[in-house]
Amino acid sequence: MNFGIIVFPGSNCERDCFYVIKDVIEQPVRFIWHKERDLNRVDCVVLPGGFSYGDYLRSGAIARFSPIMEAVRNFAEKGGLVLGICNGFQILTEAGLLPGALGRNKGLRFICRYVSLRVERTDTPFTRDYREGEIVRMPIAHNEGNYYIDDVSTIKDQIILRYYGENPNGSIDNIAGIINKEGNVFGLMPHPERCSEKILGSEDGRRIFTSIVRSL
Amino acid sequence: MRTKEELERISMSLEEYQMVKSLLGREPNDLELGMIAVMWSEHCGYKHSKKTLRLFPTTGTYVLQGPGENAGVIKLDDDLLLVMKMESHNHPSAIEPYQGAATGVGGIVRDILAMGARPIALLDSLRFGTLDDSKTRYLFSGVVNGIAGYGNCIGVPTVGGELGFEKPYTDNPLVNVMCVGLSNGRLMRGKASGVGNKLILVGASTGRDGIHGATFASLELTDESIERRPSVQAGDPFMEKLLIEAVLEAIEKSDAIIGIQDMGAAGITSSASEMAGRGGVGVEIEVTKVPQRERGMSPEEIMISESQERMLLCVERGKEEEIQSIFEKWGINFAVIGEVIQDRVIRVKEKGKTVGEIPIDILTEKVPAYDLKPKEPKEIKRLQTIENIPSIENYEDVILRLLGSPNCSSSHWVYEQYDHMVETNTISIGTGASVLRIKGKDYLLGVTTDGEGRYCYIDPYTGGMIAVAEAARNLICIGAEPLAITDGLNFGNPEDPEIAWYFVEAVKGMSDAAKRLNIPVVGGNVSFYNESEDYTVYPTPIVGMIGRIDSIKHLCSPNFKKEGDTLYIIGEPGNIGGSIFIEEFTGEVKGKPKLDMELEVRLQSILLKAIRMGLVKSANDVSRGGLAIALAESSIWGKLGVDIDVNTNLSKVEFLFGEAQPVVIISVDPEKEKEIEELFKDMPLKKIGEVMGNNLKIVINGEKVADIEVSELERVWKLGIERWME
Repeated sequence: MNFGIIVFPGSNCERDCFYVIKDVIEQPVRFIWHKERDLNRVDCVVLPGGFSYGDYLRSGAIARFSPIMEAVRNFAEKGGLVLGICNGFQILTEAGLLPGALGRNKGLRFICRYVSLRVERTDTPFTRDYREGEIVRMPIAHNEGNYYIDDVSTIKDQIILRYYGENPNGSIDNIAGIINKEGNVFGLMPHPERCSEKILGSEDGRRIFTSIVRSL
Repeated sequence: MRTKEELERISMSLEEYQMVKSLLGREPNDLELGMIAVMWSEHCGYKHSKKTLRLFPTTGTYVLQGPGENAGVIKLDDDLLLVMKMESHNHPSAIEPYQGAATGVGGIVRDILAMGARPIALLDSLRFGTLDDSKTRYLFSGVVNGIAGYGNCIGVPTVGGELGFEKPYTDNPLVNVMCVGLSNGRLMRGKASGVGNKLILVGASTGRDGIHGATFASLELTDESIERRPSVQAGDPFMEKLLIEAVLEAIEKSDAIIGIQDMGAAGITSSASEMAGRGGVGVEIEVTKVPQRERGMSPEEIMISESQERMLLCVERGKEEEIQSIFEKWGINFAVIGEVIQDRVIRVKEKGKTVGEIPIDILTEKVPAYDLKPKEPKEIKRLQTIENIPSIENYEDVILRLLGSPNCSSSHWVYEQYDHMVETNTISIGTGASVLRIKGKDYLLGVTTDGEGRYCYIDPYTGGMIAVAEAARNLICIGAEPLAITDGLNFGNPEDPEIAWYFVEAVKGMSDAAKRLNIPVVGGNVSFYNESEDYTVYPTPIVGMIGRIDSIKHLCSPNFKKEGDTLYIIGEPGNIGGSIFIEEFTGEVKGKPKLDMELEVRLQSILLKAIRMGLVKSANDVSRGGLAIALAESSIWGKLGVDIDVNTNLSKVEFLFGEAQPVVIISVDPEKEKEIEELFKDMPLKKIGEVMGNNLKIVINGEKVADIEVSELERVWKLGIERWME
């Protein structure tokens, strides 16, 4: 299966995602520059973390206007798998591909550390290799991870990951990751690509990628 | 002739002005004088340090590039080079902490980039006043925010460094940033050559920010310094990130780039003249070709502006376009601003008309170098004597107080604001030297920064030695062989003979230790004039050091591993002189630091051997706060208690809180005791107890002095900084 990683100016986790996909789960992967307009036979699109456009104006707010985003939208509408990590999640909410918004962390500081997460649903293409209710550890690294939506009941079946034990950023209903109604666009604040190898201290993130591979 | 006021404005002495005149053979015009003044500033010219720095050993088996370039380079293996450099941004951070620290990160990253290497790690060595002072909290939080704001955005992980909080840094915080990079391709140098080849400015547009920043960094801080705020540059990390990617892509895809130089202090003037100097050529610059973000800038302003995120490239004539397309892709300025010429001068033109011309060597080799007039301060003898050691009733209270002091406590409040994991190479941080992997290689890297101003203040020679020895020891404790040093030397006004003495002695100590341990110095930075009306900083040499761990099998860590493991101390503990204990309990640094260099050399070599033989389960260096704090740390990190039962001739205070060096605590499988004792038979090795239970339990000469739950130690240790900042 072919992965495509979108590179925006200011993305900085694209090479980390590339490494995990190519060298850890051993799948074909390539970079797609944000000015391209065609996804060209990609099975899963990854929007990586980082600071697209320096997070100027608002995280993800400028990146959503990049030429490639129209292709991503069409791809998603046709049921293609889209994974947005951290800044990628922010871009997906800005682009309207996922509901809600991500605001400043409640402590108004950047937070980089491991957190505990509860996997709420495993009947998705992104989480099928986890056990429902499983507690996993993944790192977060963000300034704006405080997920908000006016009426959380409207997405109650779309919550895939919740912070467990402690909520680091004040997100509503402890939300750490959500999926769209159709079940093919997934955004999460934690970084699975940072915890997919034993040498880095945790392999809990790897199953996000293996789930995707098994789904296609 | 210039007035005294004119010369003062640019921090040039009358003698220096006379020198300029005789070198030029005429009066310089305003533009020329401005350019010479910035290049002759202490910050750019190293006028007071050049001669002393020659003491450092700078060559070695692995060294490809020593001091004198944008950064030092060592060879890791046949196809991988490591680039490293440390730089200070003290003065700007004292005035505008966020931007001061942020642009400090930006500058050092571009030094690494200029060598053609991808930056892979940042470390920050920070010193502030004490946190009970509100201005210190403002400076501290601003600096940490600035490092986070910049470093996180450019995607280079901040993986280490150290912190200190002591009164002499109240007005002059120290912000020394180290960057490490890797290159598996062509090593670049800051050189221009080939008459007719083009000089190209890439990156941000030029504004009036940072005019005379280098001059400002070469002055003491006064109340008026705040008016110098325009001398502090503002950073744009997004632009830096684009610059990193564009420059690396250009180097990878084209061989048209002849040389690259960061544009930092003294702006175009310094990059252009240094590149010309190294290449033995001259350069011509047309100032109207420089992309400007403000109107009506004079040639002088353009030539010395320190606007950030700019670099100068020397590109083969006729091949500009193949490079240009790469920079256009990344959306950044690419402007041909001049070319290489035969005459060894820097010629500045405005609309084709020459407005200034200076021989290159006046800006580079002929910068005056002054002899220091070192004189030992009278105070020293008094400082080196401790009249009375505070008597202690309750040792548990002291352990908790030291552990909870910001100088010994956890720094998670700081490093959790830094993205320390991006690039997915970080294996461990926050416990001594940090460990990074290199994708595709079996070996690992160890990185650390160390340096105790406290020791140098009372004994700069020993303090300088300890800075090097301790950094090396920290690397040894993780199983790494030390490879190279980059340094950051932070002192007061070198024209003061006592400061000069501190500087010379500290450099001598560092050099001697580096020679004894056989670790070359491949680059560094000097920051003088770190003083205000009320304070002069402790003389603070910082050592940044890189090491290599052969294989992950040889990686060692400081946390206790298993109940029943035997604890040993290697070395002779004791010596309360210069310790955190003395400073904390008397309010003054007193006594003499102690280092047994001969033992250090042997200890490091045998300990590394023992770790590689798989005999050592944990190793922790005893430093700030002494043995008690080192034991507490290893317990906290391992979530395991210890049971210590020792007899000693030392007083309890000396044994628990002394900072004599070298001392290392190791834990060992009981079955390996014989092998360990055999290996260390020629040096002081003492069994002191075992890893056991959930408490830090210490019995000295039959008397129980501490029995504290590890969870309580951890609670106190974690709050050390947080309690002041939240």
